[in-house]
Amino acid sequence: MIVQVRDTPLPQAGKAVGIQTIGMTMRFGGFTALDNVSIDVPAGTFHALLGENGAGKSTLVKCIMGFYHQTSGSLSVDGREVSVQSPRDAATYGLGMVYQQFTLVPSLTGAENLVINRTHVPAIINWAKERKDLAAFMERMPFKIPLDRPVSELAAGEKQKLEIVKQLYLGRSFLILDEPTSVLTPAEADEMLGLVRGMTERGELTVLMISHKFHEVTKFTDAVTVLRRGKMAGSGLVKDLTTKDMAAMMIGDVKLAELDTRLPVPADARPILVVSDIKAPDRTGLKMIDIGNLTVHAGEIVGIAGISGNGQKELAEVLAGQRPPDAGSITVKGALYGATRQETRINNVRFIPEEPLNNACAPKMTVTENLAFRTFDVKKEGGDALWLDMKSMRKRAASLISDFKVKTASHSSPIASLSGGNVQRAVLARELTGDVDLLIVSNPCFGLDFSAVAEIRARIMKARNAGTAVLLLSEDLDELLEMSDRIMVMSDGKLVYETPALSADISVIGAHMAGHH
Amino acid sequence: MTIEANIPTLPPLSAQSGNLRPILEWLARRAEPVAISLGAILTGLALFSIFITVVGKSPIDLFKLMYTGGFGSWFSIQNSLSRAAPLLLTALCVALPARLGLVIIGGEGAVVLGGVAAAAAALPLTGSVSPIIVLVVMAIAGMIMGGIWIGMVGVLRHYRGVNETIASLLMAYIAIALMNHFIEGPLRDPASLNKPSTTPLPAEYMLGSIPGMDVNWGLVIGILACIVSWILIEATSFGFAARIAGGNVRAAQIQGLPVGRLIVGFTALAGSFAGLAGMVEVAAVQGSANASLAAGYGYTGILVAFLARHNPLAIIPVAILLGGIDASGGLIQRRMGLPDATVLVLQGTLFVVILFCETFYGRFKIFNPDLWKRTA
Repeated sequence: MIVQVRDTPLPQAGKAVGIQTIGMTMRFGGFTALDNVSIDVPAGTFHALLGENGAGKSTLVKCIMGFYHQTSGSLSVDGREVSVQSPRDAATYGLGMVYQQFTLVPSLTGAENLVINRTHVPAIINWAKERKDLAAFMERMPFKIPLDRPVSELAAGEKQKLEIVKQLYLGRSFLILDEPTSVLTPAEADEMLGLVRGMTERGELTVLMISHKFHEVTKFTDAVTVLRRGKMAGSGLVKDLTTKDMAAMMIGDVKLAELDTRLPVPADARPILVVSDIKAPDRTGLKMIDIGNLTVHAGEIVGIAGISGNGQKELAEVLAGQRPPDAGSITVKGALYGATRQETRINNVRFIPEEPLNNACAPKMTVTENLAFRTFDVKKEGGDALWLDMKSMRKRAASLISDFKVKTASHSSPIASLSGGNVQRAVLARELTGDVDLLIVSNPCFGLDFSAVAEIRARIMKARNAGTAVLLLSEDLDELLEMSDRIMVMSDGKLVYETPALSADISVIGAHMAGHH
Repeated sequence: MTIEANIPTLPPLSAQSGNLRPILEWLARRAEPVAISLGAILTGLALFSIFITVVGKSPIDLFKLMYTGGFGSWFSIQNSLSRAAPLLLTALCVALPARLGLVIIGGEGAVVLGGVAAAAAALPLTGSVSPIIVLVVMAIAGMIMGGIWIGMVGVLRHYRGVNETIASLLMAYIAIALMNHFIEGPLRDPASLNKPSTTPLPAEYMLGSIPGMDVNWGLVIGILACIVSWILIEATSFGFAARIAGGNVRAAQIQGLPVGRLIVGFTALAGSFAGLAGMVEVAAVQGSANASLAAGYGYTGILVAFLARHNPLAIIPVAILLGGIDASGGLIQRRMGLPDATVLVLQGTLFVVILFCETFYGRFKIFNPDLWKRTA
């Protein structure tokens, strides 16, 4: 088959294409990941694809993009049936995808990133001409991004826009966006989706967006398709559906975990964690984080808001003993705290870091072994254990797995083979069992689906009501507003603003996050 | 490609396969490293055959000779076992740190200095105390020296962020230079004219042979060291902590595990095994410390450890196999007119194939229960 690659460097003003899948089915061995799914995304529409983790969303878009070859079913572009064998074929028909993670080369400028991604890059690039062409191209784009700066200097919102611009530059007129706003601030997300919406309204682009956020779906998209366990669970125009309808289609008749009622924090609650005058270098080594005073009392949740990269990670690392501070002190229950295993154990301190697979698990060790990280060196009757007790390790793992409903093929599967939500459940099972006096949590719900999020938040709230002091570092403002008693804003390595969550004003918090204080 | 992320639920297994499945899973997970390692060795031998054919010899004859030279007679078996003995200890010097995620390839340095330290410790004692005490003191001296040497690599790694692979390799050259300094200078036996050596150990102080065999006690020491190391890693909480740190150092830190102490402790223990290999070489083979200590045992140990996937028990058969290949070198040279470096080509080929085969883990459905069909 001769394929004409539609990769003109500077396409004519885009003309949207529409796609249809008919009876798309994908089996992996005995497992059906996608079962007879037919969706219709007409040209120039903004279509949302909803579903929980494992519902088949990524399988569907991978079939459309040619990463997988469907077991049966077909794909049409603009009403003509096409055969997409590879992402390169997909590109021929103008189909492109923007991934959840950035795919730009950080050390190159925006312009360089765009040019090197063309299929045919000349051996010697005439940069003067390319820059002129790019300037003309950017004239027609609604997105304004500095193309002459290295990508590493761009903010997350700018990078995400550049990813979209890259696809448009490569001549794509149908885009799949995979959770495009998960790394953006609310303002950045609204701006980006507004611009994308504008392009679809002008008929320049068709978009299929995978999302978990209902407010994005209702505000920006035209129609929605919902998948559940590989099957179509429903579809329709967004204007005809309520959030409740969509949620019902997504999760079926499963009941979401509800948050316990928030018990009031007693006036005389004991301070559990006191951080004073901590100074530590940040990742770049060029700037310092400087925490004047941070106190978390028993039975309260203190939320730390801030745009990613303002020192939250470093603060969490200092508290976890991964980053020695230059000055200042941390006390837990009145005693100096250095995050050794002994101190952590005596004071019942637990950490749930972000991206638990990379930060709290040994990916190649088994689920059972990972569940034993906190207890393998203590005897049942107390005291340090020299010999591993594999039998009680297995028993304990089995009960944690069933208590926390961790879905795993087997107890001796490597933990890396679990889905994100189940890894997080396993880590919660390990860290939230037993007495917990201080819990330090970082972005616990990042990238998880609905029912996992509800369940994890319910567990944290339950711990709080039982008297645990919780420090919650999160980039998700909605999460902080829902969970916290007090919210503090971190900007440029400092805590710059504090407000009770009940009377919090989002716009004031947003302004402080953006550095206006 | 894995698909586990897309598996929404685990349907109940039927009662029948429910009984069998855990056993099959256990078997599959155990069989994977054996099957992949055997596959790697066969592939390596096949590639090596091509090489032998290209130089104009018959690979079949060569493999026959290798078998005869390595395992064909009681004499050659003993020869192979003798050569395997130091490899057991030097392979541990690679395997133990590897469980912590460190790649240490400078065991040769600890072998050499361990041998020198053992020889030096024996000097003032011979003639005045009993042989068994001299041998114990020599072993302790060799282990301490080797432990300090590789332990330093761990210290540099943890506290100063120096790459352990490069540091250990470069330190091996320093170690060899130090050995030359001592055996040609302060410790030189004036009687050693052609080959500078330390004063030879009197015959009654030598580490003897295992009764009924022409193989020295080093083999038993090596096998015991492998068994002890396996128990340490698989059955103790120290070993478990080391595996956590090796699996993900950030997870270990967040659990408050003393990562620095684990790294220094495991590297020092690893080095002390290599130092012990040097002591055995002096006390059982050479009788004195001399340039023959740097015979490459430290480097062959790297191959053994990787082939054994850093499992101390698997090191035992692998070391014997490699010892056999090594032992057949002389016969190949004599009978086929090939240089004895030919076996080095084989070792190198095996090493590259083994590293390549690491990428196959988890790819074969038969060995990976996470990809198995579920009965709905």
